[in-house]
Amino acid sequence: MSIALVCGAWEIAGRVPISLAFPSFFDTAAAFWRMTLDGSLPIAFLITLHPLVIGIGISIVFGVGLGVTMGLSRGFEWLAAPVFIVMQAAPMAALIPLITFVYGIGLTAKVLAVCLLAVPVVVLNSYAAVRNANPSLVQMCRSFQGTRLQQIMKVIIPDASPVIFAGLRLGVAAGFIGIVLAELLITPTGIGDLITYHRAVANYAEMYASIVSIVVFSAVIVSLLEKVEVVLLRPEKRIKGTPE
Amino acid sequence: MSDQVAQAAQSAGSDPIVRVTGISKRYEGGVQALEGVDLDFPEGRLTSLLGPSGCGKTTLLKIIAGLLEPNAGEVQVAGRRVTGPGPERAFVFQDFALLPWATVTRNVAFGLELQGISKAERREKARHYIREVGLTGFEDRYPHELSGGMRQRVGLARAMAVDADVLLMDEPFSAVDEQTRRKFQEDLLHLLSVEKKTVIFVTHSIEEAVYLSSQVVLLSRRPGRVSKIIPTDLGGLESPDAIRRSKRYLDTVEDIWGMLKQYLLEDEIK
Repeated sequence: MSIALVCGAWEIAGRVPISLAFPSFFDTAAAFWRMTLDGSLPIAFLITLHPLVIGIGISIVFGVGLGVTMGLSRGFEWLAAPVFIVMQAAPMAALIPLITFVYGIGLTAKVLAVCLLAVPVVVLNSYAAVRNANPSLVQMCRSFQGTRLQQIMKVIIPDASPVIFAGLRLGVAAGFIGIVLAELLITPTGIGDLITYHRAVANYAEMYASIVSIVVFSAVIVSLLEKVEVVLLRPEKRIKGTPE
Repeated sequence: MSDQVAQAAQSAGSDPIVRVTGISKRYEGGVQALEGVDLDFPEGRLTSLLGPSGCGKTTLLKIIAGLLEPNAGEVQVAGRRVTGPGPERAFVFQDFALLPWATVTRNVAFGLELQGISKAERREKARHYIREVGLTGFEDRYPHELSGGMRQRVGLARAMAVDADVLLMDEPFSAVDEQTRRKFQEDLLHLLSVEKKTVIFVTHSIEEAVYLSSQVVLLSRRPGRVSKIIPTDLGGLESPDAIRRSKRYLDTVEDIWGMLKQYLLEDEIK
Protein backbone atom coordinates (compact mmCIF):
# COMPACT_ATOMS: atom_id res chain seq x y z
CA MET A 1 0.00 0.00 0.00
CA SER A 2 2.71 2.47 0.98
CA ILE A 3 4.58 1.36 -2.15
CA ALA A 4 1.51 2.16 -4.29
CA LEU A 5 1.24 5.59 -2.68
CA VAL A 6 4.88 6.40 -3.37
CA CYS A 7 4.57 5.22 -7.00
CA GLY A 8 1.38 7.28 -7.45
CA ALA A 9 2.96 10.40 -6.02
CA TRP A 10 5.99 9.79 -8.22
CA GLU A 11 3.81 9.47 -11.34
CA ILE A 12 2.02 12.74 -10.55
CA ALA A 13 5.28 14.52 -9.76
CA GLY A 14 6.79 13.20 -12.99
CA ARG A 15 3.88 14.54 -15.06
CA VAL A 16 3.86 18.00 -13.48
CA PRO A 17 6.93 18.00 -14.25
CA ILE A 18 9.19 19.05 -11.40
CA SER A 19 12.27 18.99 -13.57
CA LEU A 20 13.23 17.77 -17.01
CA ALA A 21 15.57 15.34 -15.31
CA PHE A 22 12.71 13.75 -13.35
CA PRO A 23 10.90 11.08 -15.38
CA SER A 24 7.46 9.76 -14.43
CA PHE A 25 6.98 6.37 -12.83
CA PHE A 26 5.68 4.73 -16.01
CA ASP A 27 8.55 6.09 -18.11
CA THR A 28 10.94 4.62 -15.56
CA ALA A 29 9.14 1.28 -15.56
CA ALA A 30 9.26 1.20 -19.36
CA ALA A 31 12.99 1.96 -19.27
CA PHE A 32 13.41 -0.84 -16.76
CA TRP A 33 11.79 -3.33 -19.18
CA ARG A 34 13.88 -2.11 -22.10
CA MET A 35 17.08 -2.48 -20.11
CA THR A 36 16.07 -5.90 -18.81
CA LEU A 37 15.28 -7.13 -22.30
CA ASP A 38 18.44 -5.80 -23.96
CA GLY A 39 20.47 -7.43 -21.19
CA SER A 40 22.28 -4.34 -19.98
CA LEU A 41 20.61 -4.35 -16.55
CA PRO A 42 21.07 -8.07 -15.74
CA ILE A 43 24.72 -7.91 -16.80
CA ALA A 44 25.29 -4.79 -14.70
CA PHE A 45 23.73 -6.57 -11.72
CA LEU A 46 26.01 -9.55 -12.11
CA ILE A 47 29.06 -7.31 -12.21
CA THR A 48 27.92 -5.39 -9.15
CA LEU A 49 26.98 -8.52 -7.23
CA HIS A 50 30.41 -10.12 -7.55
CA PRO A 51 32.29 -7.87 -5.10
CA LEU A 52 29.11 -7.34 -3.09
CA VAL A 53 28.57 -11.02 -2.35
CA ILE A 54 32.23 -11.55 -1.44
CA GLY A 55 32.26 -8.44 0.73
CA ILE A 56 29.05 -9.27 2.54
CA GLY A 57 30.13 -12.87 3.03
CA ILE A 58 33.36 -11.73 4.65
CA SER A 59 31.53 -9.12 6.72
CA ILE A 60 29.01 -11.62 8.08
CA VAL A 61 31.52 -14.30 9.03
CA PHE A 62 34.13 -11.92 10.36
CA GLY A 63 31.68 -9.43 11.85
CA VAL A 64 29.51 -11.91 13.73
CA GLY A 65 32.54 -13.89 14.90
CA LEU A 66 34.31 -10.81 16.20
CA GLY A 67 31.17 -9.28 17.70
CA VAL A 68 30.23 -12.47 19.55
CA THR A 69 33.79 -12.84 20.88
CA MET A 70 33.74 -9.24 22.08
CA GLY A 71 30.40 -9.84 23.80
CA LEU A 72 31.75 -12.91 25.59
CA SER A 73 35.16 -11.64 26.65
CA ARG A 74 35.75 -8.42 28.57
CA GLY A 75 39.38 -8.35 27.52
CA PHE A 76 38.55 -8.59 23.84
CA GLU A 77 35.86 -5.98 24.26
CA TRP A 78 38.40 -3.58 25.76
CA LEU A 79 40.76 -4.28 22.87
CA ALA A 80 38.41 -4.05 19.91
CA ALA A 81 35.22 -2.19 20.75
CA PRO A 82 36.59 1.39 20.48
CA VAL A 83 37.87 0.74 16.95
CA PHE A 84 34.45 -0.26 15.69
CA ILE A 85 32.64 2.49 17.55
CA VAL A 86 34.89 5.03 15.80
CA MET A 87 34.45 3.22 12.47
CA GLN A 88 30.69 3.32 12.78
CA ALA A 89 30.65 7.01 13.63
CA ALA A 90 33.10 7.98 10.88
CA PRO A 91 31.84 8.89 7.40
CA MET A 92 33.38 5.85 5.76
CA ALA A 93 32.68 7.10 2.25
CA ALA A 94 35.55 9.51 2.81
CA LEU A 95 37.90 6.53 3.02
CA ILE A 96 36.99 5.18 -0.38
CA PRO A 97 39.45 7.38 -2.32
CA LEU A 98 42.08 6.16 0.15
CA ILE A 99 41.24 2.54 -0.69
CA THR A 100 41.69 3.32 -4.37
CA PHE A 101 45.04 4.84 -3.56
CA VAL A 102 46.22 1.69 -1.78
CA TYR A 103 44.41 -1.14 -3.59
CA GLY A 104 43.83 0.33 -7.02
CA ILE A 105 40.59 -0.03 -8.90
CA GLY A 106 40.16 -3.79 -8.95
CA LEU A 107 37.96 -6.26 -7.15
CA THR A 108 39.91 -5.98 -3.86
CA ALA A 109 39.16 -2.29 -3.54
CA LYS A 110 35.44 -2.83 -4.06
CA VAL A 111 35.24 -5.77 -1.67
CA LEU A 112 37.05 -3.66 0.87
CA ALA A 113 34.62 -0.80 0.38
CA VAL A 114 31.72 -3.15 1.11
CA CYS A 115 33.45 -4.56 4.19
CA LEU A 116 34.38 -1.16 5.57
CA LEU A 117 30.75 -0.11 5.57
CA ALA A 118 29.19 -3.40 6.59
CA VAL A 119 31.55 -4.75 9.25
CA PRO A 120 31.20 -2.11 11.99
CA VAL A 121 27.43 -2.32 12.19
CA VAL A 122 27.50 -6.14 12.14
CA VAL A 123 30.20 -6.27 14.82
CA LEU A 124 28.55 -3.75 17.12
CA ASN A 125 25.12 -5.35 16.88
CA SER A 126 26.45 -8.86 17.51
CA TYR A 127 28.49 -7.58 20.41
CA ALA A 128 25.56 -5.71 21.99
CA ALA A 129 23.27 -8.69 21.39
CA VAL A 130 25.57 -11.11 23.19
CA ARG A 131 26.40 -8.69 25.98
CA ASN A 132 22.69 -8.15 26.65
CA ALA A 133 21.67 -11.80 26.46
CA ASN A 134 19.07 -12.50 29.14
CA PRO A 135 21.08 -13.03 32.37
CA SER A 136 18.26 -15.02 33.88
CA LEU A 137 18.49 -17.62 31.08
CA VAL A 138 22.27 -17.75 31.47
CA GLN A 139 21.85 -18.35 35.19
CA MET A 140 19.26 -21.03 34.47
CA CYS A 141 21.74 -22.78 32.19
CA ARG A 142 24.39 -22.58 34.89
CA SER A 143 22.04 -23.95 37.55
CA PHE A 144 21.47 -27.03 35.39
CA GLN A 145 25.27 -27.49 35.09
CA GLY A 146 25.52 -26.38 31.49
CA THR A 147 29.12 -26.00 30.34
CA ARG A 148 30.33 -22.64 29.05
CA LEU A 149 30.11 -23.95 25.49
CA GLN A 150 26.53 -25.15 26.00
CA GLN A 151 25.73 -21.81 27.58
CA ILE A 152 27.00 -20.01 24.49
CA MET A 153 25.55 -22.34 21.86
CA LYS A 154 22.21 -23.21 23.43
CA VAL A 155 21.32 -20.02 25.29
CA ILE A 156 23.37 -16.93 24.51
CA ILE A 157 23.50 -17.13 20.71
CA PRO A 158 19.84 -18.09 20.15
CA ASP A 159 18.82 -15.40 22.61
CA ALA A 160 21.02 -12.86 20.82
CA SER A 161 19.98 -13.91 17.33
CA PRO A 162 17.20 -11.31 16.76
CA VAL A 163 19.63 -8.46 17.41
CA ILE A 164 22.45 -10.19 15.51
CA PHE A 165 20.12 -10.53 12.53
CA ALA A 166 19.00 -6.92 12.85
CA GLY A 167 22.70 -6.07 12.58
CA LEU A 168 23.06 -8.32 9.52
CA ARG A 169 20.17 -6.56 7.82
CA LEU A 170 21.76 -3.18 8.52
CA GLY A 171 25.10 -4.62 7.42
CA VAL A 172 23.73 -5.85 4.10
CA ALA A 173 22.09 -2.47 3.54
CA ALA A 174 25.41 -0.78 4.35
CA GLY A 175 27.15 -3.18 1.97
CA PHE A 176 24.87 -2.00 -0.85
CA ILE A 177 25.79 1.59 -0.02
CA GLY A 178 29.44 0.56 -0.09
CA ILE A 179 29.30 -1.13 -3.48
CA VAL A 180 27.36 1.69 -5.14
CA LEU A 181 29.73 4.28 -3.70
CA ALA A 182 32.68 2.23 -4.89
CA GLU A 183 31.21 1.93 -8.37
CA LEU A 184 30.49 5.62 -8.54
CA LEU A 185 33.74 6.81 -6.97
CA ILE A 186 36.38 4.25 -7.95
CA THR A 187 35.60 3.09 -11.46
CA PRO A 188 32.17 2.97 -13.06
CA THR A 189 31.24 -0.70 -13.37
CA GLY A 190 27.96 -2.56 -13.06
CA ILE A 191 25.06 -0.52 -11.73
CA GLY A 192 27.35 2.42 -10.97
CA ASP A 193 28.36 2.43 -14.64
CA LEU A 194 24.74 2.35 -15.80
CA ILE A 195 23.85 5.26 -13.52
CA THR A 196 26.86 7.31 -14.61
CA TYR A 197 26.41 6.53 -18.29
CA HIS A 198 22.70 7.29 -18.50
CA ARG A 199 23.18 10.47 -16.53
CA ALA A 200 25.91 11.52 -18.93
CA VAL A 201 23.73 10.99 -22.02
CA ALA A 202 20.62 12.41 -20.32
CA ASN A 203 18.62 9.14 -20.44
CA TYR A 204 16.95 10.06 -17.18
CA ALA A 205 14.36 7.29 -17.28
CA GLU A 206 17.13 4.69 -17.66
CA MET A 207 19.16 6.29 -14.90
CA TYR A 208 16.18 6.19 -12.53
CA ALA A 209 15.42 2.61 -13.52
CA SER A 210 18.97 1.61 -12.54
CA ILE A 211 18.77 3.44 -9.23
CA VAL A 212 15.34 2.12 -8.30
CA SER A 213 16.22 -1.43 -9.28
CA ILE A 214 19.23 -1.52 -6.96
CA VAL A 215 17.16 0.01 -4.14
CA VAL A 216 14.39 -2.56 -4.60
CA PHE A 217 16.90 -5.37 -4.90
CA SER A 218 18.57 -4.36 -1.67
CA ALA A 219 15.21 -4.17 0.12
CA VAL A 220 14.23 -7.64 -1.12
CA ILE A 221 17.52 -9.17 0.04
CA VAL A 222 17.19 -7.56 3.45
CA SER A 223 13.67 -8.86 3.96
CA LEU A 224 14.69 -12.33 2.77
CA LEU A 225 17.29 -12.33 5.51
CA GLU A 226 14.55 -11.81 8.06
CA LYS A 227 12.74 -14.90 6.77
CA VAL A 228 15.92 -16.95 7.01
CA GLU A 229 16.31 -15.94 10.64
CA VAL A 230 12.78 -16.97 11.61
CA VAL A 231 13.11 -20.32 9.87
CA LEU A 232 16.53 -21.11 11.29
CA LEU A 233 16.49 -19.81 14.82
CA ARG A 234 13.17 -18.56 16.06
CA PRO A 235 10.51 -21.22 15.38
CA GLU A 236 8.15 -19.64 17.91
CA LYS A 237 7.68 -16.60 15.68
CA ARG A 238 6.13 -18.72 12.95
CA ILE A 239 3.11 -19.33 15.14
CA LYS A 240 0.66 -16.63 16.00
CA GLY A 241 -0.80 -18.31 19.05
CA THR A 242 -3.02 -16.94 21.78
CA PRO A 243 -2.64 -17.88 25.45
CA GLU A 244 -5.35 -20.12 26.79
CA MET B 1 -2.95 -35.02 50.52
CA SER B 2 -1.00 -32.90 52.96
CA ASP B 3 -1.10 -35.52 55.69
CA GLN B 4 0.84 -37.70 53.29
CA VAL B 5 3.42 -34.96 53.11
CA ALA B 6 3.61 -34.78 56.87
CA GLN B 7 3.98 -38.55 57.19
CA ALA B 8 6.61 -38.63 54.51
CA ALA B 9 8.46 -35.90 56.33
CA GLN B 10 8.34 -37.81 59.61
CA SER B 11 9.39 -41.11 58.13
CA ALA B 12 12.25 -39.39 56.36
CA GLY B 13 13.51 -38.38 59.78
CA SER B 14 15.00 -34.99 60.44
CA ASP B 15 18.54 -35.49 59.20
CA PRO B 16 19.57 -32.28 57.54
CA ILE B 17 20.27 -32.79 53.85
CA VAL B 18 21.25 -29.16 53.40
CA ARG B 19 23.38 -27.54 56.09
CA VAL B 20 24.26 -23.88 56.01
CA THR B 21 27.00 -22.71 58.36
CA GLY B 22 28.16 -19.16 59.00
CA ILE B 23 27.13 -17.80 55.61
CA SER B 24 27.84 -14.11 55.06
CA LYS B 25 27.43 -12.28 51.81
CA ARG B 26 28.49 -8.75 51.01
CA TYR B 27 27.72 -7.43 47.53
CA GLU B 28 30.15 -5.26 45.62
CA GLY B 29 29.26 -1.76 46.66
CA GLY B 30 29.15 -2.71 50.33
CA VAL B 31 25.61 -3.97 50.85
CA GLN B 32 25.74 -6.65 53.54
CA ALA B 33 22.98 -9.03 52.46
CA LEU B 34 23.56 -11.89 54.91
CA GLU B 35 25.52 -12.19 58.13
CA GLY B 36 26.38 -15.42 59.93
CA VAL B 37 23.45 -17.52 58.81
CA ASP B 38 23.33 -21.05 60.28
CA LEU B 39 20.49 -23.27 59.13
CA ASP B 40 19.63 -26.93 58.77
CA PHE B 41 17.11 -28.12 56.22
CA PRO B 42 15.63 -31.50 57.14
CA GLU B 43 15.36 -34.08 54.41
CA GLY B 44 12.03 -34.64 52.72
CA ARG B 45 10.46 -31.45 54.02
CA LEU B 46 9.49 -28.11 52.65
CA THR B 47 11.14 -25.20 54.42
CA SER B 48 10.11 -21.64 53.65
CA LEU B 49 12.42 -18.67 53.89
CA LEU B 50 10.39 -15.65 54.87
CA GLY B 51 11.38 -12.15 55.79
CA PRO B 52 11.01 -8.46 55.11
CA SER B 53 11.83 -7.43 51.56
CA GLY B 54 15.53 -7.10 50.89
CA CYS B 55 16.50 -9.42 53.74
CA GLY B 56 18.57 -11.66 51.50
CA LYS B 57 16.18 -14.61 51.14
CA THR B 58 16.87 -14.98 47.45
CA THR B 59 20.59 -14.38 48.00
CA LEU B 60 20.68 -17.25 50.49
CA LEU B 61 18.81 -19.50 48.06
CA LYS B 62 21.23 -18.68 45.24
CA ILE B 63 24.19 -19.38 47.51
CA ILE B 64 22.70 -22.79 48.33
CA ALA B 65 22.21 -23.31 44.59
CA GLY B 66 25.87 -22.50 43.97
CA LEU B 67 24.96 -19.58 41.73
CA LEU B 68 26.48 -17.03 44.12
CA GLU B 69 29.68 -17.29 46.18
CA PRO B 70 29.38 -16.45 49.87
CA ASN B 71 32.09 -14.26 51.43
CA ALA B 72 32.25 -16.51 54.46
CA GLY B 73 30.80 -19.81 55.60
CA GLU B 74 29.85 -22.89 53.67
CA VAL B 75 26.92 -24.89 52.41
CA GLN B 76 26.88 -28.66 52.59
CA VAL B 77 24.44 -30.80 50.65
CA ALA B 78 24.28 -34.44 51.73
CA GLY B 79 27.60 -33.97 53.48
CA ARG B 80 29.45 -32.49 50.51
CA ARG B 81 30.56 -28.91 50.32
CA VAL B 82 28.91 -26.80 47.62
CA THR B 83 31.29 -25.14 45.18
CA GLY B 84 28.87 -24.55 42.33
CA PRO B 85 25.62 -25.82 40.88
CA GLY B 86 25.22 -29.58 41.19
CA PRO B 87 22.96 -32.37 39.95
CA GLU B 88 21.42 -32.93 43.39
CA ARG B 89 19.89 -29.44 43.37
CA ALA B 90 17.42 -27.94 40.88
CA PHE B 91 16.25 -24.36 40.76
CA VAL B 92 12.81 -22.94 39.98
CA PHE B 93 13.07 -19.32 38.94
CA GLN B 94 10.87 -16.40 39.86
CA ASP B 95 10.74 -15.21 36.25
CA PHE B 96 10.41 -18.82 34.94
CA ALA B 97 13.59 -18.50 32.80
CA LEU B 98 12.14 -20.53 29.92
CA LEU B 99 13.76 -20.54 26.51
CA PRO B 100 11.30 -18.57 24.36
CA TRP B 101 12.41 -20.36 21.17
CA ALA B 102 11.90 -23.85 22.58
CA THR B 103 8.70 -25.85 22.94
CA VAL B 104 7.35 -26.95 26.31
CA THR B 105 8.89 -30.38 25.74
CA ARG B 106 12.34 -29.02 24.99
CA ASN B 107 12.16 -26.60 27.91
CA VAL B 108 11.16 -29.35 30.33
CA ALA B 109 13.96 -31.55 29.01
CA PHE B 110 16.56 -28.76 28.90
CA GLY B 111 18.35 -29.91 32.05
CA LEU B 112 18.59 -33.41 30.56
CA GLU B 113 19.72 -32.01 27.22
CA LEU B 114 22.61 -30.26 29.00
CA GLN B 115 23.56 -33.57 30.61
CA GLY B 116 23.81 -35.14 27.17
CA ILE B 117 20.96 -37.61 27.61
CA SER B 118 19.60 -39.14 24.40
CA LYS B 119 16.70 -37.54 22.64
CA ALA B 120 14.35 -40.48 23.05
CA GLU B 121 14.95 -40.66 26.79
CA ARG B 122 14.55 -36.92 27.12
CA ARG B 123 11.23 -37.02 25.32
CA GLU B 124 10.04 -39.85 27.51
CA LYS B 125 10.94 -38.10 30.77
CA ALA B 126 9.60 -34.76 29.58
CA ARG B 127 6.27 -36.35 28.74
CA HIS B 128 6.08 -37.88 32.19
CA TYR B 129 6.72 -34.61 34.03
CA ILE B 130 4.52 -32.58 31.70
CA ARG B 131 1.72 -34.90 32.75
CA GLU B 132 2.68 -34.61 36.42
CA VAL B 133 2.34 -30.82 36.35
CA GLY B 134 -0.89 -31.03 34.35
CA LEU B 135 0.26 -29.65 31.01
CA THR B 136 -0.61 -32.63 28.80
CA GLY B 137 -1.70 -31.35 25.40
CA PHE B 138 0.70 -28.40 25.50
CA GLU B 139 3.89 -30.33 24.65
CA ASP B 140 4.48 -28.49 21.38
CA ARG B 141 3.47 -25.03 22.48
CA TYR B 142 5.90 -22.18 22.99
CA PRO B 143 6.17 -20.25 26.27
CA HIS B 144 4.55 -17.09 24.87
CA GLU B 145 1.43 -19.13 24.16
CA LEU B 146 1.07 -20.06 27.84
CA SER B 147 -0.26 -18.14 30.84
CA GLY B 148 2.05 -17.23 33.73
CA GLY B 149 0.86 -20.14 35.85
CA MET B 150 1.42 -22.59 33.03
CA ARG B 151 4.89 -21.23 32.37
CA GLN B 152 5.82 -21.82 35.98
CA ARG B 153 4.49 -25.35 35.70
CA VAL B 154 6.99 -25.80 32.88
CA GLY B 155 9.71 -24.41 35.17
CA LEU B 156 8.68 -26.86 37.88
CA ALA B 157 8.60 -29.80 35.47
CA ARG B 158 12.09 -28.88 34.23
CA ALA B 159 13.41 -28.90 37.80
CA MET B 160 11.66 -32.23 38.53
CA ALA B 161 12.94 -33.84 35.35
CA VAL B 162 16.61 -33.75 36.38
CA ASP B 163 15.62 -35.82 39.41
CA ALA B 164 17.43 -33.69 41.98
CA ASP B 165 16.86 -34.40 45.68
CA VAL B 166 16.60 -30.75 46.58
CA LEU B 167 14.29 -28.27 44.87
CA LEU B 168 15.15 -24.61 45.32
CA MET B 169 12.18 -22.40 44.57
CA ASP B 170 12.64 -18.64 44.35
CA GLU B 171 9.25 -16.94 44.82
CA PRO B 172 7.84 -19.27 42.19
CA PHE B 173 4.30 -17.98 42.45
CA SER B 174 4.91 -14.26 42.76
CA ALA B 175 4.30 -13.65 39.05
CA VAL B 176 1.18 -15.81 39.01
CA ASP B 177 -2.29 -14.46 39.72
CA GLU B 178 -4.01 -15.29 43.02
CA GLN B 179 -6.52 -17.93 41.90
CA THR B 180 -3.96 -19.76 39.78
CA ARG B 181 -1.56 -19.60 42.69
CA ARG B 182 -3.93 -21.39 45.09
CA LYS B 183 -4.51 -24.20 42.64
CA PHE B 184 -0.80 -24.40 41.95
CA GLN B 185 0.02 -24.57 45.68
CA GLU B 186 -2.36 -27.49 46.13
CA ASP B 187 -0.91 -29.24 43.09
CA LEU B 188 2.61 -28.66 44.41
CA LEU B 189 1.78 -30.29 47.75
CA HIS B 190 0.26 -33.22 45.95
CA LEU B 191 3.26 -33.54 43.66
CA LEU B 192 5.68 -33.42 46.59
CA SER B 193 3.77 -36.16 48.37
CA VAL B 194 4.50 -38.35 45.34
CA GLU B 195 8.01 -37.22 44.56
CA LYS B 196 9.50 -36.93 48.08
CA LYS B 197 11.77 -33.98 47.57
CA THR B 198 13.39 -31.61 49.99
CA VAL B 199 12.21 -28.14 49.09
CA ILE B 200 13.61 -24.76 50.06
CA PHE B 201 11.03 -22.18 49.20
CA VAL B 202 11.50 -18.43 49.20
CA THR B 203 8.34 -16.39 49.50
CA HIS B 204 7.11 -13.06 50.77
CA SER B 205 3.63 -14.42 51.46
CA ILE B 206 3.06 -15.51 55.06
CA GLU B 207 -0.04 -17.51 54.14
CA GLU B 208 1.83 -19.32 51.41
CA ALA B 209 4.73 -20.13 53.73
CA VAL B 210 2.51 -21.47 56.50
CA TYR B 211 0.25 -23.37 54.14
CA LEU B 212 3.01 -25.12 52.23
CA SER B 213 5.84 -25.77 54.62
CA SER B 214 6.77 -27.95 57.57
CA GLN B 215 8.88 -25.12 58.95
CA VAL B 216 9.19 -21.43 58.30
CA VAL B 217 12.52 -19.69 58.72
CA LEU B 218 12.05 -16.05 59.52
CA LEU B 219 14.96 -13.85 58.49
CA SER B 220 15.66 -10.45 60.00
CA ARG B 221 16.07 -7.22 58.10
CA ARG B 222 19.31 -6.58 56.23
CA PRO B 223 21.84 -7.83 57.02
CA GLY B 224 19.80 -11.04 57.02
CA ARG B 225 20.15 -13.30 60.04
CA VAL B 226 17.99 -16.16 61.21
CA SER B 227 15.49 -14.54 63.49
CA LYS B 228 13.21 -17.47 64.29
CA ILE B 229 12.40 -20.97 63.10
CA ILE B 230 8.71 -21.77 63.36
CA PRO B 231 7.50 -25.36 62.98
CA THR B 232 4.26 -25.28 61.03
CA ASP B 233 3.33 -28.90 60.47
CA LEU B 234 -0.38 -28.88 59.81
CA GLY B 235 -0.49 -32.62 59.28
CA GLY B 236 -3.67 -34.57 59.90
CA LEU B 237 -5.97 -32.18 58.13
CA GLU B 238 -7.89 -33.58 55.23
CA SER B 239 -8.42 -30.90 52.64
CA PRO B 240 -6.67 -27.70 51.67
CA ASP B 241 -9.76 -25.79 52.73
CA ALA B 242 -9.63 -27.39 56.15
CA ILE B 243 -6.05 -26.25 56.54
CA ARG B 244 -6.87 -22.71 55.56
CA ARG B 245 -9.69 -22.61 58.12
CA SER B 246 -7.89 -24.42 60.96
CA LYS B 247 -7.08 -22.49 64.12
CA ARG B 248 -3.46 -23.55 64.04
CA TYR B 249 -2.99 -22.21 60.53
CA LEU B 250 -4.62 -18.90 61.35
CA ASP B 251 -2.73 -18.53 64.64
CA THR B 252 0.60 -19.26 63.00
CA VAL B 253 -0.06 -16.73 60.25
CA GLU B 254 -0.99 -14.19 62.90
CA ASP B 255 2.13 -14.88 64.99
CA ILE B 256 4.44 -14.49 62.02
CA TRP B 257 2.70 -11.32 60.95
CA GLY B 258 3.20 -10.00 64.50
CA MET B 259 6.94 -10.61 64.21
CA LEU B 260 7.26 -9.15 60.73
CA LYS B 261 5.26 -6.10 61.78
CA GLN B 262 8.02 -5.31 64.28
CA TYR B 263 10.46 -4.91 61.41
CA LEU B 264 8.10 -2.72 59.47
CA LEU B 265 7.49 -0.49 62.51
CA GLU B 266 11.22 -0.21 63.14
CA ASP B 267 11.65 0.78 59.52
CA GLU B 268 9.11 3.54 59.84
CA ILE B 269 10.66 4.93 63.00
CA LYS B 270 14.06 5.16 61.31
